[in-house]
Amino acid sequence: MSIESNGISVIIELGGGAELLFDKKKKHSVNLPGNDWTIQKLLFWMKDNLLKERPELFMQDDTVRPGILVLVNDTDWELLGEGNYKINSGDTIMFISTLHGG
Amino acid sequence: MSVIIRKMDEKELMNQITELRELLRIKEAQLVALRREKQILQDYGLSNGEILRYSRQIFLPEIGIKGQIKLKNSSILIVGAGGLGCPAALYLASAGAGQIGIIDYDDVEINNLHRQLLYAETQIGTPKVNAAAENLNRLNSDVKVIPYKIQLDSSNALNIIKSYDVVIDATDNVATRYLLNDACVLSNKPLVSGSALKFEGHLSVFNYNGPCYRCIFPKPPPPETVTNCGDGGVFGPAVGTIGVLQALEALKIVLDLPHVLSGQLLLFDGLETKFRKINLRGKNRNCAICGEHPTLHKLIDYEQFCGAKANDKEPKLNLLKNEDRISVEEYNTTLKLGTEAHLLIDVRSAEEFDICHLKNSINIPLRNINNNEKVTLIRNRIQEIQKQHNDASLYVICRRGNDSQKAVKNLQETFKESNIEIKDVIGGIHAWSKKIDSTFPVY
Repeated sequence: MSIESNGISVIIELGGGAELLFDKKKKHSVNLPGNDWTIQKLLFWMKDNLLKERPELFMQDDTVRPGILVLVNDTDWELLGEGNYKINSGDTIMFISTLHGG
Repeated sequence: MSVIIRKMDEKELMNQITELRELLRIKEAQLVALRREKQILQDYGLSNGEILRYSRQIFLPEIGIKGQIKLKNSSILIVGAGGLGCPAALYLASAGAGQIGIIDYDDVEINNLHRQLLYAETQIGTPKVNAAAENLNRLNSDVKVIPYKIQLDSSNALNIIKSYDVVIDATDNVATRYLLNDACVLSNKPLVSGSALKFEGHLSVFNYNGPCYRCIFPKPPPPETVTNCGDGGVFGPAVGTIGVLQALEALKIVLDLPHVLSGQLLLFDGLETKFRKINLRGKNRNCAICGEHPTLHKLIDYEQFCGAKANDKEPKLNLLKNEDRISVEEYNTTLKLGTEAHLLIDVRSAEEFDICHLKNSINIPLRNINNNEKVTLIRNRIQEIQKQHNDASLYVICRRGNDSQKAVKNLQETFKESNIEIKDVIGGIHAWSKKIDSTFPVY
């Protein structure tokens, strides 16, 4: 039952200010149609479906802009193949804008 | 006349207090020296006074006498004496760190006090590092505090860092974060990095058997995506939590304890009271500074690298032509005479608008200025004014006169077909308070 025919459900979390671009909501539970999803594909889906303002503050050159960390189930996406990581149903994908204040 | 006399009294009183304080400081130092002479020193290097003072942590098997001696022999550098640096310094001094260096070029300001717990009201206007040294020594006279009232840069960083075992990054800007990272890699020192904004904080340890800051963030963020505490706001207990944890990690490094937060990042969300520890990538073999074939062998120009200044002060922007700007004096005249029919838009946040605003202004925060609904609102208001007066202009105001210029640029684009005059009020609410109405609060 892990893969349903009508898509996969993932939790998207945002933090460090990145949530401000996504309707100020830190957590989005979404259902993605079909089964074949990579993070790269998800980025564009988010841009078209969730992002509310200023896309240039989220993406640059087909990936997240410098200063945003992407985590899959609390692990740096770089350890998992970055944009090529194949998303599983139930994954939590987190986008953290790094902080610089003190 | 009475105002002038009161001002003179205030100054005289302040001078007297300063003199008394200096006398008190000298007497306290004499007392400490006198007591120190009487101390009995055990042959392992701790005095009976120190044993009593630190007994509650010496009991811990992870510390013990050996650990306390390590702490006494340690030297820790704190860069930035703000919301992170203050609590970090307090805990390091309390724990008995032998030497604490503190770097900051700023003076104490009243808007620091809600989160920078090292300072008192009486120290407003004095250098932060001096106030910090004074208060830390009052807390623990055994600690040697070395104040550096300087801006850390590529010319002085390596020379200062070399005298320390651990470096704490408690700074407030991107350029200094890269500078500190590179300097720590080149000097082979661990870097305990903390940052905070609003209710959130991040913590990690770099260059300690794991990745450096550059391994994780090879490219600096675009300057327009960086928010500082002076604009975004910051909650004292949230930034303080991270500062305390920076002291914890620095002390663990000095004590040679395991589980230092290297290769990991701790995320703290104070609004939801939530901690989350994430696994970062390892050391990057191709890292420009700590990789196998580094391309950087010395410190560079970090302001240029980041495209941003090495401080958190807002630069004065100059985006508009003179004819697209109006001074507060001119605006005030326009308002008084009622000669020009116009709409005044205040582009600060709703919270700032609540602090104070001009009565005739409407609030549309800069971030919403391009929203369809807001554009329609502006268009409708302009049309109403035009119906009554034939003519209508659009004025924009903000806190200091930077965001208002950005807003004018946006609005000029949005309304480029409609031929209305759009101007920003130079210097914003600050200038209004200074030159027109001094009852307006400056913040």
